[in-house]
Amino acid sequence: MPLNDIVIVGAGEAGGRAALALREAGFAGRIALVGEETHPPYERPPLSKAAIADAATPAPVVIGDGGRLAELGVERIAGVAAVAIDRRERRLELADGRRLSYDALVLATGARARPLPLPGAELALTLRTFEDALRIRERIHAAGRVAVVGGGFIGLEIAASARSLGREVTLMEADSRLLRRSTPEPLAAALEARHAAEGVEIVKSVRIERIAATARGVVIHTSEGAREADVVVAGVGASPRVELADAAGLAVDNGVRVDGSLRTSDPAIYAIGDCADFPHPLFGGRRLRLEAWRNAFDQGAHVARALLGETQAFAALPWFWSDQYDLTLQMVGVAETGASVIARDLGGGAQMLFHLDAEGRIVAAGGLGPIEKTAKEIKLAERLIARRAVLSPVALADPAASLKKML
Amino acid sequence: MPQWIDVCALGDIDAEDVLRFDHEGNTYAVYRSPDDEYFATDGLCTHEKVHLAGGLVMDDIIECPKHNGRFNYKTGAAKGAPVCVDLKTYRAKVQGTRVLIEI
Repeated sequence: MPLNDIVIVGAGEAGGRAALALREAGFAGRIALVGEETHPPYERPPLSKAAIADAATPAPVVIGDGGRLAELGVERIAGVAAVAIDRRERRLELADGRRLSYDALVLATGARARPLPLPGAELALTLRTFEDALRIRERIHAAGRVAVVGGGFIGLEIAASARSLGREVTLMEADSRLLRRSTPEPLAAALEARHAAEGVEIVKSVRIERIAATARGVVIHTSEGAREADVVVAGVGASPRVELADAAGLAVDNGVRVDGSLRTSDPAIYAIGDCADFPHPLFGGRRLRLEAWRNAFDQGAHVARALLGETQAFAALPWFWSDQYDLTLQMVGVAETGASVIARDLGGGAQMLFHLDAEGRIVAAGGLGPIEKTAKEIKLAERLIARRAVLSPVALADPAASLKKML
Repeated sequence: MPQWIDVCALGDIDAEDVLRFDHEGNTYAVYRSPDDEYFATDGLCTHEKVHLAGGLVMDDIIECPKHNGRFNYKTGAAKGAPVCVDLKTYRAKVQGTRVLIEI
């Protein structure tokens, strides 16, 4: 059946990109892009960095330079939530009572910041939207002491932003090390050392018990005693927004479950970006759900092709980065599938790690340092991973051995 | 009036690679193609102002270090999302053992 009406729920990177990619691929039918936020789709990565730390009042970094969606005839329905999917009638119901008919529906509902599971959690700011960033920015600019709960990317980036503004920063992490979920130990340790050198107080293996308001800020009661701060920000992960899919009876696991074409258990409905739980063909069909700009971008582009009839499975590699101070951390591939790790010292405080599986095939790489030192190596590693290359550990460890020549 | 400005020695850029060149408050990227021709563009990605010289050159494409925006460095053409604005290009030439660009 030819597609005439495509409705996209969620106007973030994934949803916005899908709309642009559909038009760029020649789709001439109706595209409705439904988003709860009033802004046009914008990039979230700057929210923990430039939006907080820059002297100038920030504006959202809009995808496709502002007017592009309108130019391409994408109908934007902004500031309205989607509340239900009628799969039989193929209609999406909005909070204001409107109903949108679809031939194909794309769920790009994203994730929401996880609240702290403790009394006083509402006193901790969390980051997801541009408005969240503005709120955190105002509070940090007015503060002397900033407490950050959670040693993941968001927490560390906000700590670096607050430190660059000269604030006293304490970062608290429940685990015995930072970034356990995402980052190999040597790179996490190097980042931690940099934060310490910048003057961030890092408290690990700490349990937060409750947060209470004081006359000028908050007091955070922990297993290591009480700490006062003017503002507390929590970055303790995000949960996929699956309610719409769940209520419609779609298969939901760690996110909305999709196949290699990003199609849910209903062939007329797709899911992409932070909310999608998808199989990766390069890693034995291992299921992944990625909260990352690059994945949102790639899946937005892929779903457009899938909607227009391409059958190739989504195979872009997981890839993410984090900017802290003048360091960029970049990770590509799935490190958990590796059996051994090879380090390469790039000099000038930059290093790379390569993860090889039991057959010596490169399955992941990580880089930390100034981006001009690591970016080329990461990009080459990405190509080597995609080719499932078997590489010599000796050569990988040698900074003089060109990765380009291994392609 | 554009002028030819000395950038570097011939051997300072590897084949199929790129060098950052700063001059009078502006930043440029100077490329050596796989077949040893030289090219120059503005130094910052048109997407989020990242220095392109940190990126990867493959054939006639420069890939931005940050978001993988791709440009043809010979023509400046943006090769698709997330970059949609072309790069400004400059003429480059070899004089003796030096690389010069016209800016």
